[in-house]
Amino acid sequence: MIRVLYFASLRETLGRADEALAEPPATVGALHGQLAARGGEWSTVFGGGQQILVAVNQEMAGPDTTLSDGDEVGFFPPVTGG
Amino acid sequence: MRVEIRVQEVPLDVAGEIAGVHAGDPAVGGVASFIGLMRDLNAGDQVSAMTLEHYPGMTEKSLRAIVDEAGRRWPLRAVHLVHRVGRLTPCDPIVFVAVASAHRGAAFHACEFIMDYLKTRAPFWKREELADGQSRWVEARVSDDAAAAAWQVGDGDPEDGG
Repeated sequence: MIRVLYFASLRETLGRADEALAEPPATVGALHGQLAARGGEWSTVFGGGQQILVAVNQEMAGPDTTLSDGDEVGFFPPVTGG
Repeated sequence: MRVEIRVQEVPLDVAGEIAGVHAGDPAVGGVASFIGLMRDLNAGDQVSAMTLEHYPGMTEKSLRAIVDEAGRRWPLRAVHLVHRVGRLTPCDPIVFVAVASAHRGAAFHACEFIMDYLKTRAPFWKREELADGQSRWVEARVSDDAAAAAWQVGDGDPEDGG
């Protein structure tokens, strides 16, 4: 099981802050595709129309980053702190 | 290197933080600091308030990694980095960075480096409330990415020892 978190405008658009996925896909890229395939707002957000950053276990990651049981994945827009 | 990093909802005490980064260390020859403040104008619109969100856990790790990288590039005695979250209004300090070093070159450059990396890597997001009642998410800036990328050309500044 992995935990997926959504931040900022992603959370607003998708209407949820987090969820648990029982069967984690093998990579971040595969997860991204799985989320896009949900259609509707998920396709809008994850379908390639906007830049989405991702962290796995609170470290910046990329499409090739592998996923394991117990991982935490965070999806968010480009950061705007400071 | 003494490091103090905080993400906090309470207002910043700038004078207290500067005193803290120096802390009576006789090896410190210079302290450079930066305060980022909320303005009432962004992208041509009047802004009445701003709310800062972050990724608890990752935020602290990310800021620590940035400060550690600064410590590898320059000889630093201490770094204090404090970032507000929650709701802010114009004139409120958002972020504070202070760097103490034996000499000013390292202090100035490390301070700028930390700000440039924080702006592009630390997981914070700003939501603005505009004067006309609308609200919107602040967009990341290309100029911030360019500033951060410029630090990747070399490993710090060879002149900073003196």
